[in-house]
Amino acid sequence: MTTKRLLGLFNDFDQASAALRELRDANLPYLDWNDVTIKSPIEHPDVEDVLGVRSIPIRNYTLVGALLGGSLGFLGLATSQGNFFSQLKGGKPIIPLPPDFVLTYEMLILGGVYITVLGFLICAGLPHRVKSDLYDVKVSEDQVGVMVKANAHCITEVRKIFESHKVLSIQEEVVR
Amino acid sequence: MNTVTQAKEKDIREDIAWAQINRDVLASLAQPRGTYWAIFAMAFGMFLVGVGCEAYQYEKGLGVSAMNNPDVWGLYIATFIFWIGMSHSGTLLSAILHIIHADWRKPIYRFAEAMTTFSLMTAGLFVAVHLGRVWQIYYALPYPNERWAWPNFQSPLLWDAMAIFTYLSSSILFLYVGAIPDFAICRDNATGWRKTFYEKLSLGWMGTDRQWRNFRVAYLVIACFLIPLAVSVHSIVASDFAMSQQPGWHITSFPPYFVAGALYSGCAAIITLFIMLRYTFRFEEYMTMPILDKTARLTFAIAMVWTYLNLIEYSSVWYGSDQVAKETLIQRATGPYAFYWWSMNFLGSVVPFTLIFKKLRANLTAMMIVSLLLNLGMWLERWMIVTPTFSHGYYPWTWDHTFFPSWVQWGIVFGSFGWFGMLFMLFCKLVPSVSMYEVKEMVFHRKLAKVHVREA
Repeated sequence: MTTKRLLGLFNDFDQASAALRELRDANLPYLDWNDVTIKSPIEHPDVEDVLGVRSIPIRNYTLVGALLGGSLGFLGLATSQGNFFSQLKGGKPIIPLPPDFVLTYEMLILGGVYITVLGFLICAGLPHRVKSDLYDVKVSEDQVGVMVKANAHCITEVRKIFESHKVLSIQEEVVR
Repeated sequence: MNTVTQAKEKDIREDIAWAQINRDVLASLAQPRGTYWAIFAMAFGMFLVGVGCEAYQYEKGLGVSAMNNPDVWGLYIATFIFWIGMSHSGTLLSAILHIIHADWRKPIYRFAEAMTTFSLMTAGLFVAVHLGRVWQIYYALPYPNERWAWPNFQSPLLWDAMAIFTYLSSSILFLYVGAIPDFAICRDNATGWRKTFYEKLSLGWMGTDRQWRNFRVAYLVIACFLIPLAVSVHSIVASDFAMSQQPGWHITSFPPYFVAGALYSGCAAIITLFIMLRYTFRFEEYMTMPILDKTARLTFAIAMVWTYLNLIEYSSVWYGSDQVAKETLIQRATGPYAFYWWSMNFLGSVVPFTLIFKKLRANLTAMMIVSLLLNLGMWLERWMIVTPTFSHGYYPWTWDHTFFPSWVQWGIVFGSFGWFGMLFMLFCKLVPSVSMYEVKEMVFHRKLAKVHVREA
């Protein structure tokens, strides 16, 4: 059966939430709840209540980035000091720990920030082609969009639910 | 200008339409007041003066700056520290206020973060400028080479380079990530080359719950990283001085003193830019008087911390056992730089007391003057750290009490303000200097809170 995508625009979060709750309670067959998306000008305040808890794995990227930054920073410095950066130290250690700690600290933060941003891009699905998805410029202004991907039969039911909650406009497309 | 000086105390309206927020902020990218072009032209003119002086110094050599032994740092390194300090408040305050959910930061954090970025870019220039022969920087870069010119990892100067690079790149990422939803708004409303420009910058942001969810966590995590980073950057800059043996510099309290000074000058600069942008871009609705009032109070609190640390520095030298350091302190207060030293103390510690008057905090012209005076005081502080110590060091035969920066040094310092102003004004014309989505969040949550109070 044909799969379709439908984007309904609502005046505010209350209307969008009400529509989503009814959609969830309707328990439509062939509707995967993970294919329901909210598009809004700010983060939906009750997003977890209506969509359920969804994972945010960015912190894992942060941990890996910080650990890699710190450890590779220290190892990189220590090996270079021990090899091609070695200087006459007058009895002082070739790998001086206090100065290396300062540099390791900076590298830890550098790694943490860079990999967090990388993780954000991956987890948020960015960069993304706007034309490849249903979108309305009103979403970045003041309206709240609810996008549902489901089979054609299901989409008819979704449309009815949206219309019962004063949807402002509806866009529909066939998913190829 | 009457509307500017007699601004009434009203905060952002909770009932303001979100579409109106978009319209007002986007209008700032298209049609600022004529003052914008006047400020830009002035900044460009100042920049040209700086370029001219730098070209002259490049052609003739460092001698034209009047720097010589023992005064080898002069205004260049003093101004380098000043610009590093200016960079502090933007990102640091934005990150701290974000973590503690202080919503009044929302209309002002974008330009404050931009201030951080451009201040760091300006500070970086002085490292090259103070070498005189700028190509010498090639020999200072830390990489393995056949000349055996290895970097000294025990030198705070190398830590400085690393810390500033980390801070600059992280601040740019923080600024950029925080602006992605606004770039999407710009994309949706722009035409022509601007549409292409914002399309690329917005990375296809569509405001989905997945994007917002990850955005919130990523932004918070970067903010958490930036707080210790910002503190470490200025502590390391302080180490350039404190870890040397020069009299008047070898003081334990230097790192917190530098961090407090940096926050202080940054806050004062935020006030200056706040007033300038509020008028130039007609942001009266968003950059409100209550926000200015809070920023002024914060500036006063930080000024008192700085004053305390300043007095601690004087008293630890006065009661300490380092006789030479004590002599240098006396020399500062009574020698050829006494006027600048006393001005620094007056501007840095006495002038902020004007901020306790509510009437003054509500007067934009007065606030503009006070913020400029505070930053003048903070610039003098940096100069008074560098020059008096070099001119009156350990050995009497190295003393040079006649040193005064030449017009070339003054010209380059003057030009640096033009370079900063030019970049900043250009930024404000391309990137919304008020965060639209955060202002929407602010009014939404305030409205929600009012509804909850009414219901309770």
